[in-house]
Amino acid sequence: MPFLRILLLRLLTTLVTLAGVAVIVFFVIRVVPGNPIAMMLPPGATDEDIARLSALYGLDKPLITQFGIWLSGVMQGDFGTSITTRQPVLGLVLGRLPATLELAIMALVMAVLIGGAAALIGTRGRGTRTEGAIDVVNGMALSVPDFLWGLVLMLVFGVLFPVFHISGRVTPSLDLPFTTNFYLFESLIRLRFDLWADLVAHMFMPALALAIPLAAIIGQLLKQSLKETMNLDYVTLARTKGYGETHVIMHEALRNAVLPTLTLVGVQFTFLIGGTVIIERLFSYEGLGNMAIDAVINRDLPLIQGIVILFAVIFTAVNLIVDLLYTVLNPRLRHA
Amino acid sequence: MSFLSIRNLSVRLKNGPPLLRRVSLDVAAGEVRGLVGESGAGKSMIGKAVLGILPPSVQITEGEIFLDGTDLLRLPPKESRRRIGASCALIPQDPLTALNPSHRIGPQITDRLVDILGWTRANADARARDLLAEVQIADPDRVLRSYPHELSGGMRQRILIASAFAAEPKLIVADEPTTALDVTVQKQILRLIAGMQARHGTALLFVTHDLGVVSKVCQRLSVLYSGLVVEDSTVPEFFASPSHAYSAALLAATPKYTDPDAGLHPVPEAVVNAVRAEVAAFDRGPAHG
Amino acid sequence: MLDARVLDGRSMVRRRVGVRLWLSALWLGVLCLGALLAPWIAPHDPLAQDLFLGRMPPIWVAGAEPGYWLGTDSLGRDVLSRLLHGARVALLVALAAGSITCLIGATLGLLAGFLRGWVDLVISRLIDIWMAFPPILFSILLIAVLGPSLTSIIIAIVVIDWTRFARVVRAEAMAQGAMDYVASARVAGRGRVGTMLREILPNVLPTIVVLLTLEMGIAVIVEAILSFVNLSISTDDPTWGGMISEGRTSIHQAWWVLVFPLIALFLTVLAFSQLGEGLKDRFDPVLR
Repeated sequence: MPFLRILLLRLLTTLVTLAGVAVIVFFVIRVVPGNPIAMMLPPGATDEDIARLSALYGLDKPLITQFGIWLSGVMQGDFGTSITTRQPVLGLVLGRLPATLELAIMALVMAVLIGGAAALIGTRGRGTRTEGAIDVVNGMALSVPDFLWGLVLMLVFGVLFPVFHISGRVTPSLDLPFTTNFYLFESLIRLRFDLWADLVAHMFMPALALAIPLAAIIGQLLKQSLKETMNLDYVTLARTKGYGETHVIMHEALRNAVLPTLTLVGVQFTFLIGGTVIIERLFSYEGLGNMAIDAVINRDLPLIQGIVILFAVIFTAVNLIVDLLYTVLNPRLRHA
Repeated sequence: MSFLSIRNLSVRLKNGPPLLRRVSLDVAAGEVRGLVGESGAGKSMIGKAVLGILPPSVQITEGEIFLDGTDLLRLPPKESRRRIGASCALIPQDPLTALNPSHRIGPQITDRLVDILGWTRANADARARDLLAEVQIADPDRVLRSYPHELSGGMRQRILIASAFAAEPKLIVADEPTTALDVTVQKQILRLIAGMQARHGTALLFVTHDLGVVSKVCQRLSVLYSGLVVEDSTVPEFFASPSHAYSAALLAATPKYTDPDAGLHPVPEAVVNAVRAEVAAFDRGPAHG
Repeated sequence: MLDARVLDGRSMVRRRVGVRLWLSALWLGVLCLGALLAPWIAPHDPLAQDLFLGRMPPIWVAGAEPGYWLGTDSLGRDVLSRLLHGARVALLVALAAGSITCLIGATLGLLAGFLRGWVDLVISRLIDIWMAFPPILFSILLIAVLGPSLTSIIIAIVVIDWTRFARVVRAEAMAQGAMDYVASARVAGRGRVGTMLREILPNVLPTIVVLLTLEMGIAVIVEAILSFVNLSISTDDPTWGGMISEGRTSIHQAWWVLVFPLIALFLTVLAFSQLGEGLKDRFDPVLR
């Protein structure tokens, strides 16, 4: 099938999915008991005050009308105004997004490095005790979710051997010269390695907690795929040319073995992003997920809607990128 | 001494039955030796043992493999790998699976020259172009830039042959190089291998189940049954009067292209039973207690 | 060709899996027993506060209070008693949420995979939409809507996790439906529903059982996460997640408040998942 048609089809299904998400979120949170407007006002506010403010936020209209207003706003990039902070939702959400993105990407990098190393070492020592040990560790890492790994890491590296910070994104007393919210990235560009080190010391444990289950999946799938590839004829042929085991794994097998694992890793990466919600809460990391939980607790409907939609956009975007990457890496598809 | 000399090589599945039973054979420089036998007779296993690519499920239990006078099995793995890479090459059976799908053709021919033998990239590229011309591939520049899936099976086998001859090896193992090809292409590929072998003076270990091929390409041959060498003679001698009953039956079973009415003569059951008994006697013999 | 090493490897793997399977079953058995007998074997009332006994360390640490084996939390409540009573909640959620999720998800997956057509279209699209939600955020949202209670937790888990079953069972039912034995059952005059229940379901059942075991582990975790965010059942009732939440705030002063529920949770989740893996191995020796 032509590449462009696949792309268009994918974009179309993505839009349908996002529309579904929007509908469900909108109607689910309207059922939330407790009047968020009443919570905003100081105690002793009259019913008229509440009615006036409700009208201001459009909460007095029928649900369908509210949905129409909200959707047409979203189309124009207006996600409404947060009830608790009285600031535009889009600004709030985009302000927190970089922190979450940095965390997720850091976790992804860690997962690929750890999982990739495990797969390569396991393949290098296949059939030996090394592979057995890697399998056992992988199985453990896979069975236990990020939340528990976060707690374990917190106890080990935060309390028992306090080498990393257990809460926050950056030490509050530090002076931040940043113009964007991509602190980690900007600190590198500005060559402020002191700040970079502080950011990493905060980010290390939450990122590692998120990375462990994904690293296990990468390690397991890639190792299996590598072992299958290592039995193929072209790998055997490369051996007769005088290449050592490591070269054969890295140059002949790895690239072909990565492809089948890639799609699954993409799905797993969206799980990782979903995991940031609770991990950010656990480590008091000021990202999107932490903000989302606060928004739920404060019944801040417009903010909840905005965050969930943003998460859904990220999820579908990741899946789309993985599909494109798959096509780019596979010469057979590229030329088809 | 011969360039390749195998002495009493025994190979078995780990915790399993023997696959090769004290196999000895020599290949002199520039000589072509056929390895003939039914499937499962162990003929491919000999080629794999020489090239150090036995599957991990298989182990060598005794014997020596002398390459240019040095026993490969006594060398550290790294050194034996280097020696094999520098002086031997493989023409594999299935051209469809023997080229790496994610690399272009060019590097797959030149990689050994550059990485192992230290050629410059420019020299290696020029060499690759010459080789493709020698295996009669038109438009070598385009082919060198192609990916394997863009080429036909016959083309890929030509490329694999070119790649095998790239480093001017002293010995090439051809592992049933025409079995996976169309009958029409088989003859061309066979002629190509024979021609290249003659021009370059390369010794060839030719694994096949086809005695017709042996009569055209080889000077000497070994017949194997169940990992046991039952016959080792020159090709003219063998076709005139095979010394072992099994190889005689094998020869009789080969269809004669010159006489299509002769019909098929399967190896008689009595001969098979006799050779099986011989293998069993070998396993019980003094060498194996 | 026969590959001796593969065979050896498999028998080794099987033995190791066997040991893990039994260890997992043992832990879950002990846990069930503890949960059932909690009102009788718990040394203290899990809700009884005693501010004079706040943050007492476990019995083997200097300064411990006799009778409080695993120490006390900041309100002086006995950690061991809370752990035992918390196990009741964890196991109840695991059983109830696991089986309801399984029933709904597997049914939808079976229908989609066997009936195909518009049923499949609707269910597949729903699955796609569900996959675009961050599951934890979605469950937190649901609890906020439904109000914190045991029932809400179970409903939230069912709502976020039914796709886990539906996806796998749908694919499996499709694969089975394409096989010859299904066609011959249809030829022999068996109806669609009959074929689905009598021919497809028994072949998909092992997969469902494995998924159910894994789902129970997930349910325990989700409950803990929701209690951790303080959205589970009322904060007085002892839950492992609530204990962890409390322990997180006093992590530097009283590590034991966090460590013991964490170990219990860790082992339980590990046991459920190892049990699932072990069952997968038992049911399907070819596919491992």
